[in-house]
Amino acid sequence: MAIWIEEDAKVLVQGITGKQGMFHAGKMQEYGTKLVGGVTPGKGGQEVLGLPVFNSMIEAITETDADATVIYVPPPFAGEAIIEAANAFEMVKGKGVIVCITEGIPTLDMVNAAAYVANRANVRLIGPNCPGIITPGVTGGAKLGIMPGHIHAKGRIGIVSKSGTLTYEAVAQTMSIDEGQSTCIGIGGDPVNGTGFIECLAAFEADPQTEAIVMIGEIGGNAEQEAAAWAKENCSKPIVGFVAGATAPPGKRMGHAGAIISGGKGTAEEKFEAFEAAGIACARDPSELGQVLLASLKEAGLR
Amino acid sequence: MTWATYTWLLNTSRTLLIQSASFKDGLLVEGAGENMNIHEYQGKALLKAAGVPVLEGVHCTSVEQALAAYDSLGSKIVAVKSQIHAGGRGKGTMYDPETREEVMQGGVKIAFSREDVENYASNILGNVLVTIQTGDEGKLVNNLYVEAGCAIAHEYYLALLVDREDKSVLIMASTEGGMDIEDVAHNTPELIHKISVDPNAGLLGFQKRDLGMALGLSGAALKSFFKMLGSMYDLFIANDCAMVEINPLVKTEDDEIVALDSKISFDENAEFRHKNWDELRDLSEEEDVEIRAKETGLSYVKLDGNIGCLVNGAGLAMATMDVIKLYGGEPANFLDVGGGADEEQVKTAFSIILEDPNVKGILVNIFGGIMRCDIIARGVIGATQSLGLDVPLVVRLAGTNVDEGKAILAASDLNIHPADDLAEGAQKIVSLIGGGE
Repeated sequence: MAIWIEEDAKVLVQGITGKQGMFHAGKMQEYGTKLVGGVTPGKGGQEVLGLPVFNSMIEAITETDADATVIYVPPPFAGEAIIEAANAFEMVKGKGVIVCITEGIPTLDMVNAAAYVANRANVRLIGPNCPGIITPGVTGGAKLGIMPGHIHAKGRIGIVSKSGTLTYEAVAQTMSIDEGQSTCIGIGGDPVNGTGFIECLAAFEADPQTEAIVMIGEIGGNAEQEAAAWAKENCSKPIVGFVAGATAPPGKRMGHAGAIISGGKGTAEEKFEAFEAAGIACARDPSELGQVLLASLKEAGLR
Repeated sequence: MTWATYTWLLNTSRTLLIQSASFKDGLLVEGAGENMNIHEYQGKALLKAAGVPVLEGVHCTSVEQALAAYDSLGSKIVAVKSQIHAGGRGKGTMYDPETREEVMQGGVKIAFSREDVENYASNILGNVLVTIQTGDEGKLVNNLYVEAGCAIAHEYYLALLVDREDKSVLIMASTEGGMDIEDVAHNTPELIHKISVDPNAGLLGFQKRDLGMALGLSGAALKSFFKMLGSMYDLFIANDCAMVEINPLVKTEDDEIVALDSKISFDENAEFRHKNWDELRDLSEEEDVEIRAKETGLSYVKLDGNIGCLVNGAGLAMATMDVIKLYGGEPANFLDVGGGADEEQVKTAFSIILEDPNVKGILVNIFGGIMRCDIIARGVIGATQSLGLDVPLVVRLAGTNVDEGKAILAASDLNIHPADDLAEGAQKIVSLIGGGE
């Protein structure tokens, strides 16, 4: 088991004929991801990386029975690509997972896309502006996104994070104590996104492969605080946390569109406090996540 | 019309004009995305075009224009308003930019005569306005707005923004207009009324009525509010706004609802579909170096410390700053080179960091994913050579092609200190510049 994406998930790539899409589709294949096709409107019938290209998501899912799609479509068209995918999964299979990597989608496009996905109970959106989701296998696995595959290994730690490279840092930290990962999810740094922390925690809690969780947050909003409160009531598995942005000045956007402290709210300190109040073991330095995780695993009798 | 009619002008400093943020349940919620602010006079023009009632006003850049505006408005009493991207204008102070001597109290003034207009306009234009939101250096005022007056029956607060938790457009209104809305949210949250717009349905008639009635409006004023809110929501969507805030929104003695102030910001991500934004952008309001960084695909924010940081990824860049601080140092900047930086971008990043005279050392922290460590290593070497780097440099590389990257750095005869993880990197740079415990 893993969450949402199994090792052998059949995956489509939207925007596969573009520079980004083609590059990352190649990397996904190298990792062992079972790519079954790509979608670029107007380029149906072509072949890219040995994969058939379709004109529409409905056609692609009908032909390939895909379980998931990864979107590398440029920002002006990405919101619509999400909606097209959600509609197609709902109509053809009644379910599906959409991973949107694209950074810079207009917020109101995401408001519309998120609402569209939310109306389709069995369709899940991860991202946008995220590294994606990866379920490492014993050999290969399913890599739906832009993360470096080779740093991962199959294991029992679930990782959820708003950030890309900081997720890789967390992965490296689990590896430093000889622990692999069940599934790693980057939920993205945009203010309006699909899957949130709580859904990830709930899925990890229910997943038999996952025995402990690493949660990485950052400044802005209060998703981390809500997730911590939820975890306190509902999570039996040990959670280790870190929040980036303790030194960020108020009112300045820190790279991610969502990462901004406004009026003294959404600070790292506030989030660390919420984590600690919920019994989440915190590292103040991400280089210590491994050791904090090790201590939590020992405390839970898992090492 | 009486003096009291114009108290709203002097209330400007109490209005909530903080960066794209507002309140929900007494908790702050951010307007979404990276935002582009526009001036009040530009916002008023948009509002007017959208059908939202505003007062007659004229944008001026000289005293002569201000006087001509006064003559053309035909209003005995007018407001002379400094146009800067910061709040607290009314209670701010005007200074001479050269001597830093105080010129006048207040950046928004009520003029009762042509002489007043001349006096205020010449005290404002070309001088620096310092408010609680500008910092001590203040902002040079190049733009004025001269606006007619009106007879006010009541002041309200109105804001539209994207609510990230609810993933929808949120409309908030309060009877406590002109007040500091943060205080209202904190002390009397029941006086803030909210509606959330379902993106599938759009803003519906009953919602506009409910909100108007919650403000105690009835009759012609309710009708005016209903129409105004519909226009304003359409403007919000059509212009990809991050936030529209009107404080105060007023009911006139004629039962018309009028926007007396305007703070509008746009979602930068939507710039590709708004060709007019180039004309609305006031580059003098933005940090020069941050603009240049953005043009190169870098995300840079200057801070007050002395350790420059060059990192890939926003989360890791923040964490790098945090860890520097944790080990007793102070970060000089946030700098995210993004996911696929090339040698040229790395070089630009170094030159931007080194422009800051406070920088005494640099920490490079790269976790290569798409980005390969060998490319970063070459970029670092190229940049140090061409820029003649003379401050200590610590480089931490991890991820894709890390061994090649480390080998390239080790083979160079440059004074580069390697580190294996973030903590080691931060400790090294802090000790190299002689800081920390």
